[in-house]
Amino acid sequence: MGTINFEELKDRNFGKDRYVQPDFYNIDELLSEEHILIRNSVRDWVKRELSPVIEEYAQKAEFPHQIIKGLGEIGAFGPQLPAEYGCGGMDYTTYGLIMQELERCDSGIRSTASVQGSLVMYPIYKFGSEEQKHKYLPKLAKGELMGCFGLTEPDHGSNPGGMTTNIKDMGDHYLLNGAKMWISNAPFADIAVVWAKNEEGKVRGIIVERGYEGFTTPETHGKWSLRASATGELVFDNVKVPKENLLPHVEGLKGPLTCLNSARYGISWGAVGAAMDCYDSALQYAKQRNQFGRPIAGFQLQQKKLAEMLTEITKAQLVCWRLGNLMNNGKATPAQISLAKRNNVEIALDIAREARQIHGAMGITGEYSIMRHMMNLESVVTYEGTHDVHLLILGMEITGENAFV
Amino acid sequence: MSVVPDTTTKITFTDNNTKFNSQGVQFIINPYDELSLTKALEIAEKVGGTVTVATVGLADAEPVIRKALAIGANDAIRINAEPVEGMFVAQQLAEIIKNDNYDIVLTGRESIDYNGGQVTGILAELLNWPSVNVCTKMELVDGKMHFERDIDGGRQSVIANLPVIASAQKDLCEPRIPNMKGIMAARTKPLTVKEPVQLELKAHYESFESPSAKQAVRMIDAEQAGQLIDILRNEIKIIA
Repeated sequence: MGTINFEELKDRNFGKDRYVQPDFYNIDELLSEEHILIRNSVRDWVKRELSPVIEEYAQKAEFPHQIIKGLGEIGAFGPQLPAEYGCGGMDYTTYGLIMQELERCDSGIRSTASVQGSLVMYPIYKFGSEEQKHKYLPKLAKGELMGCFGLTEPDHGSNPGGMTTNIKDMGDHYLLNGAKMWISNAPFADIAVVWAKNEEGKVRGIIVERGYEGFTTPETHGKWSLRASATGELVFDNVKVPKENLLPHVEGLKGPLTCLNSARYGISWGAVGAAMDCYDSALQYAKQRNQFGRPIAGFQLQQKKLAEMLTEITKAQLVCWRLGNLMNNGKATPAQISLAKRNNVEIALDIAREARQIHGAMGITGEYSIMRHMMNLESVVTYEGTHDVHLLILGMEITGENAFV
Repeated sequence: MSVVPDTTTKITFTDNNTKFNSQGVQFIINPYDELSLTKALEIAEKVGGTVTVATVGLADAEPVIRKALAIGANDAIRINAEPVEGMFVAQQLAEIIKNDNYDIVLTGRESIDYNGGQVTGILAELLNWPSVNVCTKMELVDGKMHFERDIDGGRQSVIANLPVIASAQKDLCEPRIPNMKGIMAARTKPLTVKEPVQLELKAHYESFESPSAKQAVRMIDAEQAGQLIDILRNEIKIIA
């Protein structure tokens, strides 16, 4: 599998990740002991298993399959879903913290976990039958099965309601036709949760397993972003899907949009993780890099960058924490999630760019995580609702006017 | 198990340099104790048995103890007292160990904060058990503990009957990171709080001193090597 010697790379680079999280407002005091234990455990795991290998995998545009079991063990797959299905039974704050620690290392790896937990496990949990839940969730939680989520199509991105992928009731099975694009995890996923229109034009969710005849997953190559995450298409050419694979408890766009809310929530935490890594790296670099006879951290223009980064990170951390509490109480609205996703990804991108400048030429190399974060975030700002779409969601919430159509 | 400041902590003192300033400090399991915990779990998984974690510490030690339970210990005992010095800690632990039927007691070679390294030896003396210090290998074979220790220019193998007490050196094993299952299980594992036995303190810390601040590097021209000798002899006074 792949051309990289995972174990050798891990040993060679162990100990180089010296990340220290910024916590200017002592936000840790707002977390429980268990939140901090989980967060720190994921951080330790990332430093041991992921940081040492991530750059090489991103450079070579490969997904590190060796980490899947570990991701399952630390609880990265659906920690917010109930323990009776083999999941963590944790709250949304925990889920957010895990996404933050993963994206602190790489948005692509966080994407893999987001897709598995929020876009595959969550719809099966929320809209699936009891049989579907017991069949899939425990294995998905462990990473023994990996999943992907098929909503976006070549001609329908921001407008998923226009989808043309469809299912026909053939009596003893459904016949699935169409194509999905920009699907994270597609090239290796064992199952896909696919959204398709039925004969009445209603959107339904259906579970498609790898191996069904007529179902292929060609990989998307040549990405300059999320290079350590595998992206592909889902192509359905007269695929016979058993009737029991239909998600029985949802109809309409509400299904996929509910999943996206959960995933976007995780992204709003994740992006802050990427921002914190860029800030920490920039701060360390600025203190040790000497120009004109002293550390560049002593120059006003660098201090301005660092001070503004920390300000935005602190604001975003508080947004995450509050949104987490709203999620835990079932009170978060889609527009509140849009605000967090939009703001936090934007500040992360800005911070990555500023951090790149502080690192000077070194910032463009794989010696530092900055350029990788920056390129990754260009996807994050676009997927799961583009930056502009989230603005229109907020606009509609504020004014009551729909500016989409 | 000792609870110590995170290795990246900036160390400062309060109360006229007689107390460590714990304000804003993150606490962790003493890394050497984390190795002994991991080794204890490995032994228990291989040959059966249970692992109890014992700590002398106040209530603020509990998050760290909970982590030890999440890593896999079966239960924990906290002796509700400040771990003021090695003799005191060893005496408190000895009470616990005497009251129950333990076969093996594993410690770390020292705590990474005060670096006393006393507890293992004193504890062995109080219990009248054999002790093996600073071990890089530990294995339970046919009811006897086999140890290896690095010694000057070589390695020493030791075999001891049970009960035995031994301390961990680095490279003993790879510490475990708690996983989600372990963290969930730790919620319901017993953490018993015991009051300390009253003892007369036989020693106390008088004061602490931080190392002097690092000075800036001074460059001396290669042509002026004599100047270097002059500085070392007359200014810094480290050569005669």
